[in-house]
Amino acid sequence: MAAAAAARVSVGHLTLRISRVAPDCSICPFNRLNVCRNAITGGTKGRALDRFRTPNRNLQTSISHYHLADHSNAEDPDDVVNVVYVDRSGHRIPVRAKVGDNILYLAHKHGIELEGACEASLACSTCHVYVQGDYCDKLPDPDEREDDMLDMASSLQENSRLGCQIILTKELEGIELTLPKTTRNFYVDGHVPKPH
Amino acid sequence: MNRTVQKSLFFIVKSVRTSPSNFAGKLYAWRGLSTTPDPHTKVCIVGGGPAGFYTAQHIIKGRPDVQVDVYERLPVPFGLVRFGVAPDHPEVKNVINTFTQTAQHERCRFLGNVNVGKDVSVDELRQVYHAVVLSYGAEGNRSLGVPGEHLSGVYSAKDFVGWYNGLPYNRELQPDLSHDTAVILGQGNVAVDVARILLAPLDMLKKTDITQAALDALANSQVRRVLIVGRRGPMQVACTIKELREMVNLPGTQPDMLTDDFHGVNEALKDLPRPRKRLTELMLKALKEQAVKGAHRKWGFRFLRSPLDVLPSADGTRAAAIRLALNKLEGSGDEARAVPTGEVEEVPCGVIISSIGYKSLPIDSAVPFDPRKAIIPNTMGRVQETTGLYCSGWVKRGPTGVIATTMNDSFDTGRVLLQDLDSGAIDLSEARLGAQGIAPLLEKRGVRPVSFSDWEKISGEEVRRGEAQGKPREKMLDVQEMLSVAWS
Repeated sequence: MAAAAAARVSVGHLTLRISRVAPDCSICPFNRLNVCRNAITGGTKGRALDRFRTPNRNLQTSISHYHLADHSNAEDPDDVVNVVYVDRSGHRIPVRAKVGDNILYLAHKHGIELEGACEASLACSTCHVYVQGDYCDKLPDPDEREDDMLDMASSLQENSRLGCQIILTKELEGIELTLPKTTRNFYVDGHVPKPH
Repeated sequence: MNRTVQKSLFFIVKSVRTSPSNFAGKLYAWRGLSTTPDPHTKVCIVGGGPAGFYTAQHIIKGRPDVQVDVYERLPVPFGLVRFGVAPDHPEVKNVINTFTQTAQHERCRFLGNVNVGKDVSVDELRQVYHAVVLSYGAEGNRSLGVPGEHLSGVYSAKDFVGWYNGLPYNRELQPDLSHDTAVILGQGNVAVDVARILLAPLDMLKKTDITQAALDALANSQVRRVLIVGRRGPMQVACTIKELREMVNLPGTQPDMLTDDFHGVNEALKDLPRPRKRLTELMLKALKEQAVKGAHRKWGFRFLRSPLDVLPSADGTRAAAIRLALNKLEGSGDEARAVPTGEVEEVPCGVIISSIGYKSLPIDSAVPFDPRKAIIPNTMGRVQETTGLYCSGWVKRGPTGVIATTMNDSFDTGRVLLQDLDSGAIDLSEARLGAQGIAPLLEKRGVRPVSFSDWEKISGEEVRRGEAQGKPREKMLDVQEMLSVAWS
């Protein structure tokens, strides 16, 4: 009851918050709760709210970390997935995440420098990571578009994947992701960096 | 209450409790509402494209005491993301969101409509800033250097791309598309972009931010066949697989390639590195399928051919054909060289688009420039023999690579600059005026800068105009019009 009351009291804030979330954001919990569409009708056309929307779309870049403020503060132990990032200088960064989290945005949330220039739309390879051990086999195969982008990543390896395409499942408990030393990328003139 | 509802409610309550403070805190930090004093260290960036914004982002993030001012010649920001990236690649333009966030940072200022090198000199900037970064890109293009290249009907890909993307300087290009065959010289992604735009179904382009003028011209285009010519072979092709796949899948078109060009390719396939292998396999697939498709619009690569000259029409007024020298390869792989066989081929075509590369130009006589490499000579982004002067992006390393390449390159320059600030290589003992020192000069010279919020007015108006036609935006093509909207 207390929870319901709190929700009712805060309904104004709630509308404001939801209107800042991109409606097509598949990882947005409000989508899962199916309240996005209802809530978003509440006046996103207002100029004040428009101002909020522009910065919000950037939340998926590494200079901003608050997009998933609530996604990975796992409360339900059944949903917890422990992830380890190994950053470009070789430091291991353990992170407590949850089922459904996306490896790119999870990195942003924890200040790990993984860029996502195209915002997970499979138009760049700036979120290239190496998936360690047999976790590679536990991931769904990359689709053609991901493979096409990976072809343009530098230092491509067998275990290369795009972070934005990895969504955590319970099976991935303990997954370890290594950031390549550089994300130096692909070239319009077709120059392919030589493998080291 | 069942478990799911309980969980949902908990979530909502939790979000409500945590989010406003979270959001507001960050928002305030970004929107310049904090009360921190004027930052001591003044850095200026010349060029508001990807290199400029990524360099700015890295510097702002690296030190809390730096003010970064981004100068841009046009009233509108984002450089080639706005004027180079193909209109049907909106996902690539998502980087604009990151740049916007940087521009809205309290320690970043955008000054559009200021032409560095004309309105204000690099030396004047260096006097009022602790450091200056040149990120002005590559506005020139490499010329073919063949007779007839100045005939009407011959365009540079840079101008053609600028035209369909609404670059004010290319507004008057009005390419003549009343010919059956177009030949594109060069096989990089820009060449493939141009081929795709020439052949794409109009319905596909209508939903993009391509200019209305380009859309009208393409609607009346007679171009049915686009040949993309390169001096080397299929295994040296310069485009990347995403762009090639878009061509292969382009509705209403079919490939038109020459089996002879692929001699020996099948045999070499197994030894190729993965990216080159997948790219080559896709080409072979296209070659195989071309026999069974029956589309009336065609595109194809022509390998092992170099332009000799452009042949004029009978009345001498315009291009009517191109003569190509046939080549063979010496060596293999990326290092293979094209050597003429002595054979020559003539291809009738009314449209010739040269896509052999962009080229940086010198900005100011005070800045060193390497005319042969067409870059600013530098060591890791430090301009040679000039303390406090840096460069990033195409002007630093040459006009290759995509946004991600420029991102890394700009972060590198940012890192080097931050090192120099930390180490004392840049003298910070003296306060500098920054933009305040430039403002009187600009005023005296009758130049009024466009701020980022001015740009947002232009952008808002463009989006409004686009909405009426079901497009994400209708770009303004005229600088004066941009200015009048910006200052309205």
